[in-house]
Amino acid sequence: MRKKFMMVLALLSAVTIVEVAMGMIWSRDESMATFLKVSFIGLTLFKAGYIVMIFMHLGDEKKSFKMIILLPYFILIGYLIFICLVEALYVGGVRPGLENYFGY
Amino acid sequence: MMMWFFLISDAFTFSGLLTAYGFMRHKYEDIWPTAGDVFTHFPFYDGHIELAYVAFMTFVLIASSVTMVLAVEAGHRMNKKSVQFWMILTIIGGAIFVGSQAWEWYHFIHGTKHGAYLLEDGVTVMRHKIDPHTHVIEEGTFLVPVNRNGELTEESGFREVIGNEAVAMKATATHIHGANLRHNEYGIPLFADFFFFITGFHGFHVFSGVCINFIIFLMVVEGKFEKTGHYEMVEKSGLYWHFVDLVWVFVFTFFYLL
Repeated sequence: MRKKFMMVLALLSAVTIVEVAMGMIWSRDESMATFLKVSFIGLTLFKAGYIVMIFMHLGDEKKSFKMIILLPYFILIGYLIFICLVEALYVGGVRPGLENYFGY
Repeated sequence: MMMWFFLISDAFTFSGLLTAYGFMRHKYEDIWPTAGDVFTHFPFYDGHIELAYVAFMTFVLIASSVTMVLAVEAGHRMNKKSVQFWMILTIIGGAIFVGSQAWEWYHFIHGTKHGAYLLEDGVTVMRHKIDPHTHVIEEGTFLVPVNRNGELTEESGFREVIGNEAVAMKATATHIHGANLRHNEYGIPLFADFFFFITGFHGFHVFSGVCINFIIFLMVVEGKFEKTGHYEMVEKSGLYWHFVDLVWVFVFTFFYLL
């Protein structure tokens, strides 16, 4: 039991170190931007999954309970992110016209 | 189970904040400061290492999550001494995190030696041009965001200002250091606003988590759980603590890395 938690700690730390290293090397490189963004989000979800499933013991619960917790969250967050990205790109495009309204 | 429902609701709150952050960050993508340039400090070290301290904070929080899990496991085995031991470590880890966050705030508010210039309109900030790899400032060269007049232009990002134009702009500007709710040395004030709000809100959760853990720790020491026959309270506060760690993982990614 204990060993499993230590392994997960090592795994999470290793992933964090990799993320920081990637950030340090490639964050200013334009060509790597998309790869960096996607991989950061992917690695973070990976870390989050391990924390929820193993540390919070959601992995040990019944399937119906797992679904109650995870499903609404992911559906709503997915939708939120979709709105965010679409609207931000739109606003970014028409931004100069909005500056007079918001002072920025 | 109620704890899980509370955690979902809190998770929505944080997600809303992070989505708002993402929205603003992409709206102002061209002039948003790079976190790697801003957070380069480590206590007791006089140089610049990108994001090192934040990585340390992440490690401390994840480690304290592990010690919490071990406390819960010890509770399952009804081993009082073990629970006490692991909980103390968790509390210390949390306290280190809150202290570190406070230090980061202090450094962020205090700003750098060279500072920046707040131009006449009270809104635009003219910063020094800094080499992103060595963090050395290029004397006499400054960066000003374009698109300040509301015109629809093709350009975005910063333009360099040197020589006489720089001197003229500096003359009417106020020299500022650091970031607070009124101005931001590192660039657009929204960055500072979001930094304070999101990390502050998260830090508040960590602090309350430390307090809750401490109270549960006292209850363990008192022997309350030996009497009732189960350590479920430890498990509940453990869930809250893991949630705090989880949120930090996301904040760390979206704020410092992306």
